[in-house]
Amino acid sequence: MKLTVNGEARQVTAATLAALLDELDYAPDFLATARNGEVVPAAERSGCTLKDGDRIEILSPMQGG
Amino acid sequence: MLEVYGEQISSRLLLGTAQYPSPAIMADAVQASGCEVVTVSLRREMAGNRNGGQFWELIRELGVRVLPNTAGCHSVKEAVTTAQMARELFGTDWIKLEVIGHHDTLQPDVFGLVEAARILSDEGFKVFPYTTDDLVVGERLLGAGCGVLMPWCAPIGSARGPANPEALLAMRAEFSGVPLIVDAGLGRPSHAAMVMELGFDAVLLNTAVAKAGDPAAMAEAFGEAVEAGRKAFLAGLLEPRDMAVPSTPVIGKAVFE
Repeated sequence: MKLTVNGEARQVTAATLAALLDELDYAPDFLATARNGEVVPAAERSGCTLKDGDRIEILSPMQGG
Repeated sequence: MLEVYGEQISSRLLLGTAQYPSPAIMADAVQASGCEVVTVSLRREMAGNRNGGQFWELIRELGVRVLPNTAGCHSVKEAVTTAQMARELFGTDWIKLEVIGHHDTLQPDVFGLVEAARILSDEGFKVFPYTTDDLVVGERLLGAGCGVLMPWCAPIGSARGPANPEALLAMRAEFSGVPLIVDAGLGRPSHAAMVMELGFDAVLLNTAVAKAGDPAAMAEAFGEAVEAGRKAFLAGLLEPRDMAVPSTPVIGKAVFE
């Protein structure tokens, strides 16, 4: 399946958002995720089934002013 | 005591966490200033990276309240989604709402700001809008559900200090019961003292501390300036006069000629 993850084209096998984080070696604790512009809360990642062409955003805390 | 959205905050200095020489120096600056609220942001995390988690651990160890921002957002949709993700990530409904309208000056897009503020307030967010000193925009933001206003006093990171003190004063007069926090453009402790003397409730700054030669010492200096300005405002300042007025009484002065 082809996805866009944080703006980059990726070929993945994961079927859910939770599995995608695992496949791409993300630590799930300190992340916020969105699919196609809609927030996916941490508790809903394992039930979030991915589809070809989905745009995924994976964000984490950083310094800000 | 500063009260915002029903929360009591002792320090009237809010600090940003960006641009410090190191995370340890940032932590020193926060502690030296006595500040209780720091701004944070969120960005794309690289696969296999743990930077975000490390930063978040450091902030949590400081024991301060976080105010996530939507820095860099140029549209309502971007800002709203970023705010929703920040709430998920940081576990707070506080959001420093930035909708940037102009690339060079980082002036807020006040039309998008009001729209985003309304959407987020309706979703239960406590919105801290980064705005201009425009009174009508301030009124609209309050109408959209904001319980605090955060006007710039000069462009972000410019260190210029208050470009239009009269406008800030007008804002203070117009929104007498509303917490007002000067959010951007402060370069020196004297700038911070000046806006506090005008009656502003707090200041939020980042670059002037982070880029100082000694950020911790500068953070402390800003903290003291903010306190001094607040005390002066409460004590009642003398209005400037056109002519000299002798401070030493002239009655009883000896006559030698």
